[in-house]
Amino acid sequence: MLINNIISLLNTSLRMAAPLILAALGGVFSERSGVINIALEGIMLISAFMAMVGSYLTGNPWIGVLAAVFFGGLVAAVHAFVSIHLKANQVVSGTAINIFAAGVTSFMLRVMFESAGQSPSVTKVKDWTLPIINDIPILGDILGKHTPFVYISLILVVFSYWLLFKTPFGLRVRSVGEHPAAADSVGINVYKIRYIAVIMSGLFAGLAGASLSIGLLDLFVENMTSGRGFIALAAMIFGKWTPQGALLAALLFGFADALQMLAQTMGLSFIPRQFLLMAPYILTILALAGVIGSANPPAADGESYEKE
Amino acid sequence: MHEDANFAVEMINITKRFPGVTANDKINFQLKKGEIHALLGENGAGKSTLMKCLYGLYQHDEGQIFINGKKVEISSPNIAIKYGIGMVHQHFMLVPPFTVAENIVLGSEPTKNFMIDRKKTVEEVNSLSKQYGLNVDSQSAVQDISVGMQQRVEILKALYRGANILILDEPTAVLTPQEVDELIDIMKSLTDEGKSIIFITHKLKEVKAIADRVTVIRNGKLIDTVYTKDTTTNELAKMMVGREVILEVDKDKAEPGEVILEAADLYAKNNRGLTALNGCSFNVHKGEILGIAGVEGNGQSELTEVLTGLRKLEKGAVKLKGKNISSFSTRDIIENGVGHIPEDRQKRGLVLEFTIFENLILGNHYKFPYAKNGKMNYNKIKASARKLIKDFDIRTPSENVMAKSLSGGNQQKVILAREFARDPDLLLAAQPTRGVDVGAIEFIHSKLIEQRDAGKAVLLISLELDEILSLCDRIAVIYEGEIVDILEQEEATEEKLGLMMAGAENDKAKGDDTDGR
Repeated sequence: MLINNIISLLNTSLRMAAPLILAALGGVFSERSGVINIALEGIMLISAFMAMVGSYLTGNPWIGVLAAVFFGGLVAAVHAFVSIHLKANQVVSGTAINIFAAGVTSFMLRVMFESAGQSPSVTKVKDWTLPIINDIPILGDILGKHTPFVYISLILVVFSYWLLFKTPFGLRVRSVGEHPAAADSVGINVYKIRYIAVIMSGLFAGLAGASLSIGLLDLFVENMTSGRGFIALAAMIFGKWTPQGALLAALLFGFADALQMLAQTMGLSFIPRQFLLMAPYILTILALAGVIGSANPPAADGESYEKE
Repeated sequence: MHEDANFAVEMINITKRFPGVTANDKINFQLKKGEIHALLGENGAGKSTLMKCLYGLYQHDEGQIFINGKKVEISSPNIAIKYGIGMVHQHFMLVPPFTVAENIVLGSEPTKNFMIDRKKTVEEVNSLSKQYGLNVDSQSAVQDISVGMQQRVEILKALYRGANILILDEPTAVLTPQEVDELIDIMKSLTDEGKSIIFITHKLKEVKAIADRVTVIRNGKLIDTVYTKDTTTNELAKMMVGREVILEVDKDKAEPGEVILEAADLYAKNNRGLTALNGCSFNVHKGEILGIAGVEGNGQSELTEVLTGLRKLEKGAVKLKGKNISSFSTRDIIENGVGHIPEDRQKRGLVLEFTIFENLILGNHYKFPYAKNGKMNYNKIKASARKLIKDFDIRTPSENVMAKSLSGGNQQKVILAREFARDPDLLLAAQPTRGVDVGAIEFIHSKLIEQRDAGKAVLLISLELDEILSLCDRIAVIYEGEIVDILEQEEATEEKLGLMMAGAENDKAKGDDTDGR
């Protein structure tokens, strides 16, 4: 009984962590290049909606994933334009996008389906089963069968680490986020690198959005991100702006989420349900307040770059 | 016509305008191959602007540039690099958390299978560093190495990109005298290897010591280009400022009285939470100027902030006229007779968006007669502002001008006027002459001495060793948040101070063969 609970707890942790891992990776790219991206929340929401629409219109959930990624990139490009080109305050731009996303998705929901609250069911992305691993006891139960987003997110962690810390592109992204004038003085195009990094963060957040509406569920629910974009930001900070750190932090948040769900299903009544629901968010506040090991953000994070 | 290939760089009739000013007015500049050429001028004379045009950071409005006899258009640093021009900026363009090797190859990294070829990177950096005798530690993070090494990294960065023409912007500003000597050797060996060097400076002594030729710029105009061996520092000073300059400060012997400020065993942290003051102790007496010499970043900023209540004192005590003021607020410290000339006049000294008369009463704004019953008396405020403007020779059309539109020297005079008007017992002057013209420097120096002669205590924190040596009656050297030793003016020499600034005890400094690190 206990072992089954633990297995289910870890399995759920991974499932709940996937969207956070993806969005946090997006955050890592954007902020490593020096652009704060609190629009992750809004981008996820729009992408979750577009994923549902794509799957609804074509019946193919992978088209939905493509739509989510495309729109994620598009909204991020707007954020990039406003904060890099127009040099607007990046937090304000992100906030505007978040508010816009909440409004436009519930509006479109009404226009398309004449329903408030949620969309009809659509085809969701089918779970993948890992061949050999699935047959291993316990490990197979935890890791063997999941929505593809879980596996994609883990692969992307490795890819992101490689890209950021092993390639010239990664070195340039980090240099632009730390000291843009230095990067500029050796001929690196600061604006171009930042555009690429921010749009990449949109692609990642787009995947995260799709993982909510056609991965975890099979429909779009109004405001279904419910702060996951911000939790992902917290995971990114907690993970000290590295892909591997973000992974671990996202798993921790996923674990808090899973714990809360398990406690509910097991009917643990000695802790009020509301407190359990709060757990991931309290963890977020603690991480953001720097209680759990403070870290230094990229030196030029949030500063628009003015060429001489 | 200008196909003289003996010149590495030829700039003809360069004009660069900014809104409201002509920073460069028809300037001609020629750099011979293999020479060290100093570009001399005061702050704001336009020498950096000229070099930024050459490096592609600015676009000149008129004129032509020739590299090795060929006419070129340099629209970005990328193009400048392609023509073999490298620039070492005054504020280093290095990414602090990156390693030395990463900083050097950034932007043109050697790759293998889409990845940075770390092995090759380190090999190339090491062989380059050996070839030019520029000793660096290629695997260390830049934030952990000395300023002198950071500068060598900057030079290597340019050489790695194939630079034949090097522009060094005020390269000695952050170095100890021994490191300056090292830099001179490096520059000489670079020209032996066939490189040509332009060296931007406002220090006359260095021009004489290093340069083959010197071009002097004043107020955006070319004054002359001369061979260094045919001129004297006095002549150069005259060319640079446009009149006779008294290089020596004229002052009588100090007559120190009782102790005004007593700093005992001060400990404080910097903004990053690391120890900045590490048991710093000294006294300042009535009627003397105590100088604090040291390389930038050894706790000077934190010391000023602790003494003025702007930074928390972790341990130790600050006593003013015998009274412990360690836990006093900044306002209480000021009211107890401390005047403060902050090191960054634009950040801490002035509200740039305020007018001169508003800036002149900051800190006194709540006092009679400037304010009464919570209401400002602007007639009184402006009258006193007009008087101070006259007394301190602040060059401005009126007291209603914004502080930001004043020149650096005049901004500094506003601060001086405000602080002196308070008639403080202790004047804390941090970098009072940084980035101001020679005229203002002379004025500020004479005012500091006037203050001393009036029986006040003056604490002068400065990175300019010449300033410390000529003004101070006693000189304390700060290194890593501690006072290494305090010397009388007579026994202090540039060499001795230089060694102490690098951390050597005075006894050791008296010996000879230490290399300054």
